Amino acid sequence: MSKVIALAITPPVVTETAGTASPIAEVRQPVREAANVERQPPASPAYSFPPVSKARLRAAAITRAVILPGAVFLLVLAVWMLVNAKITSDIPTPAATWARAVEIFGQPFYVAGPNDMGIGWQVLYSLGRVLAGFALAVVVGIPVGFLMGASRDVHQACYPLVQILRPVSPLAWLPIGLLVFQAKDPSAIFVIFITSIWPVIVNTAAGVQAIPQDYLNVARVLRLGKLEITRRILIPATLPHILTGMRLSLSVAWMVIVAAEMLTGGIGIGFYVWDEWNNLNVASIIVAIGLIGLVGIVLESLMNLAQRHFDYNRR
Amino acid sequence: MSYLNISNVDVVFPTANGAYIALREVHLEIEQGEFIAIIGHSGCGKSTVLNVVAGLLEATRGGVLLENKEVNSPGPDRAVVFQNHSLLPWLTVYENVRIAVDKVFGKSQSKAERHDWTLHNLHLVHMEHAADKLPGAISGGMKQRVGIARALAMQPKVLLMDEPFGALDALTRAHLQESVMEIQAALNNTVLMITHDVDEAVLLSDRIVMMTNGPAATVGEILTVDLPRPRNRLELADDPTYNHYRAEVLRFLYERQRRPEAA
Repeated sequence: MSKVIALAITPPVVTETAGTASPIAEVRQPVREAANVERQPPASPAYSFPPVSKARLRAAAITRAVILPGAVFLLVLAVWMLVNAKITSDIPTPAATWARAVEIFGQPFYVAGPNDMGIGWQVLYSLGRVLAGFALAVVVGIPVGFLMGASRDVHQACYPLVQILRPVSPLAWLPIGLLVFQAKDPSAIFVIFITSIWPVIVNTAAGVQAIPQDYLNVARVLRLGKLEITRRILIPATLPHILTGMRLSLSVAWMVIVAAEMLTGGIGIGFYVWDEWNNLNVASIIVAIGLIGLVGIVLESLMNLAQRHFDYNRR
Repeated sequence: MSYLNISNVDVVFPTANGAYIALREVHLEIEQGEFIAIIGHSGCGKSTVLNVVAGLLEATRGGVLLENKEVNSPGPDRAVVFQNHSLLPWLTVYENVRIAVDKVFGKSQSKAERHDWTLHNLHLVHMEHAADKLPGAISGGMKQRVGIARALAMQPKVLLMDEPFGALDALTRAHLQESVMEIQAALNNTVLMITHDVDEAVLLSDRIVMMTNGPAATVGEILTVDLPRPRNRLELADDPTYNHYRAEVLRFLYERQRRPEAA
């Protein structure tokens, strides 16, 4: 986008003064006058800008914020309808899906038995598991990250293990969880814990390592104790890094829970998707996909908010 | 015995290629209320001397005596103004000074007294107007002022300044030098300042300690600057005595101790 700004340059107005007095007075006169009017703004501005139409700016902003994404949305709808018409009619039409969505969201919290609950409950159960696993990961991961960042020996000892386990799909841990806990819920929480802990550990450790030596020298000159150093320097200095780790792990955790629940069953949005697949209720699955995405956005923005609140560089 | 005694200090760092002797036999005696500048080429170990006095670095041999007591760990009696201010970015300007005040006077003064003392020190460096700002929101020169206020607030026996104005532009540097001279005149602090700026050294100090190049750097010459105070930068610019001192330092740095890489 290019902006064109037209400048209307008015030539400076030069007023001639009649030369009746002596040459010296002639020179001094304007100087004194200038001193008198110094503080007043110039009568006419040397530059004038054509007014920028606010309505036009707003229209442009609306175009960008609504019309462009809207166009892509319509395109996706078109492809969707094409798939329905030409490839497989098992994929329901957008209209049928919308009707299903209205039905589902009309009664989000119904309970018709232990295995038949509204989609609101499904999401809440999943969120509960994610938050439990995530909280555990934060509680364990932050201290471990701190130790790894603060001590070279601990770093040396733990880093290879972290590097090996970090790229492993968290679902690979599910059988281990089922064996150890002999129950579905703790196993799913365990998988979320494993998912969430690596970004927390790695970012906390990096945050501690990134603390400038100067801050620690300040602490030494002030003779701060170990606890004071932790509370007044290490934690605030590392907090932005920790929050980055938490944001990363929370969004991955929300993705992983859907897969984990498909395998464990029970109440939860993941198993809901699987269940509807078994019932060949594809419209419900599409509605669930949209809902999973929306919840993901909400989680992400909550973490962004927390991050902005605690990041001293952006306050 | 002098007030601050840096007594035959050697600093040796172990490296992969054997021991690196950074300082050898550095000896310096400083009286109370003196303003000492240490000048030398970069890498000559000026900052190492300051770190030993601060207690941030341990001397391999020799030691530092302050009022006849050996110092070997950092403490607020030797407050440091760091080169890059090192304010804590999550604390406001006020809190950055207050943390030092609370630590040093937490037991001896009431809350109200500590509050007043914090504001007083911000006032000394003309920063009370920005008390509630975060360091990220003020300029480099202002940050360094706050760094000085934090150090002054500890009421140190010796004020250590590690190239305090090195990262600032010339005009800001001049302003801060004026402030430091004002404060030193008022409080009569004992100051040890590291610098690589010849004008700064002559303008501010009572004595200039010129260091030889490393490795095994040591005190080369000590120049006593006998200029009356208060000193005025503009008047001194044409002062033959001032220019003589300036030339002395330049001669030491560029004739007798040429940069190793320039030789």
